[in-house]
Amino acid sequence: MSALPSSARRGEPMPSAGTASPLLAVRDVTIQYRTPDRLVTAVYDVSFDVLKGDRFVLLGPSGCGKSTLLGAVAGFLHPAAGTITLDGREVRDPGPDRMVVFQEFDQLLPWKTVRANVAYPMITSGRFDRRTALERADAFIAKVGLSAFADSHPHTLSGGMKQRVAIARALALEPAMLLMDEPFAALDALTRRKMQGELNELWEDTRFTLLFVTHSIEEAIVIGNRILVMTPHPGQVRAELDASGLGEADRGTPAFAQLERRIHGMLFGEAHG
Amino acid sequence: MAWRPEREYRPAPPGAIGDVSQSLPWLHRLAAREDFWRLAVLVALALVWEGYGRWLDDDLLFPTFSQTVAALWTATVSGVLPLRTLASLETLAMGYAGGVALAAILTTFATSTRIGAALLTTLTAMFNPLPAIALLPLALLWFGLGTPSLVFVITHSVLWAVALNAHAGFRSVGPTLRKAGHTFGLTGWRYVAGILVPAAFPSILSGLKMGWAFAWRTLIAAELVFGASSSGGGLGWFIFEHRNQLLIAEVFAGLLTVIAIGLVVESLVFGTIERRTLDRWGMRR
Repeated sequence: MSALPSSARRGEPMPSAGTASPLLAVRDVTIQYRTPDRLVTAVYDVSFDVLKGDRFVLLGPSGCGKSTLLGAVAGFLHPAAGTITLDGREVRDPGPDRMVVFQEFDQLLPWKTVRANVAYPMITSGRFDRRTALERADAFIAKVGLSAFADSHPHTLSGGMKQRVAIARALALEPAMLLMDEPFAALDALTRRKMQGELNELWEDTRFTLLFVTHSIEEAIVIGNRILVMTPHPGQVRAELDASGLGEADRGTPAFAQLERRIHGMLFGEAHG
Repeated sequence: MAWRPEREYRPAPPGAIGDVSQSLPWLHRLAAREDFWRLAVLVALALVWEGYGRWLDDDLLFPTFSQTVAALWTATVSGVLPLRTLASLETLAMGYAGGVALAAILTTFATSTRIGAALLTTLTAMFNPLPAIALLPLALLWFGLGTPSLVFVITHSVLWAVALNAHAGFRSVGPTLRKAGHTFGLTGWRYVAGILVPAAFPSILSGLKMGWAFAWRTLIAAELVFGASSSGGGLGWFIFEHRNQLLIAEVFAGLLTVIAIGLVVESLVFGTIERRTLDRWGMRR
């Protein structure tokens, strides 16, 4: 691995010599779901690769199947056609190697304290013993700035704090991939913006691989280094874009605005002719 | 529109405002406590009872609260009432444990398979409306005159209420929590024990409470119907016996014991469980 340029352009995937084999490979995936009286195609023929260290964003309007696609990567549902492989192994069931952070605040176990919530999957997955799990839990709770609340129960926390705990819980497990399904969508605008910054800082710190679903163009550019733009009914890939040079600090710059406009055009402009 | 100047202020630092949260005076804190009000209701009821009993002045029909307490005291000191209470509680515990255990098995089966769910719903629909006491004649025929018959009817009275509530609780566990459990890699019984049971705990607990009340009701009624069991009889028998002797204050004392045990179990046992679980977890408002 060559040294990163000192200018440290944010979000460059790990530069590897020549053939970078993808961590996650989604190939020709079509996803259908059944309602009582019809079979609906939610995602049609989608392919993309996520490399190690990527912050890969699935972006599109509601109904474009981006959450469905993330659900398939998580293993909650199975593609009708195509394959999803993680590290060369086909994804079949949900598992702790692909921890999911959900949009809903009730993803924390209300009967456990913050510390126990973070430690629980580390223990049940058998990846860490109890003592190590609790130590790691404290370390990751500190990373998201909630050390003072480690012994609190989730119902005493605000929405933003709950999402921080969920992120800490997922990261502490060292998953091969972190899946986030519109994790900030239910937060107020100020908290949301703060959380985006914090997520980026966490990434700088631990360099996890992220698959992130959002319907906010701005959020996609701030968070992502690659953006998969999807169109709805059924969800198809419109473009796979590079946003590696743009981040938190570039809000309001011409380059940021230009990419935003470009994506906006892909999602809305063409429909109006 | 008129031009208005822009203004910027400097908010006071936290220390300068003083205590942001202050504790309330004790009277307000007392008034906020639920047990205080429950105690007040109990005292008021006792006063009304005493007043009505004195006004009616008929020991045979309606002894006063003080007469009842006196009878309760005598029966307790003589050792009869504690003995009868113990006999009842023992039978009750067996029946309750049996009912809860069967409910656990049935509900686990119902959550894991479709046929189990159908079995549970059908059986519950069939047997839940059937008063346990209606099974007593059959039970007596099958198990004889004694504790096994009582345990059988109590088990019946507990089983359906607990199973129905637990199953409803499992079904109402939200999709996010279910997915969270799956994303941890939990499956099978670990998923049931680690996610479903605690998440459905409010329903399970209310089923247990309901089952407890049903069990009591059934036990006292059953003892009233066929009197003494082999061990010398329980509270129901105590009540029945004294009614036959027209010792109505003792009858009231027996009833009061039933009520008192109910209240104690409700507020101490279940109340403690609720405070330690539902309140701490924020599952109850």
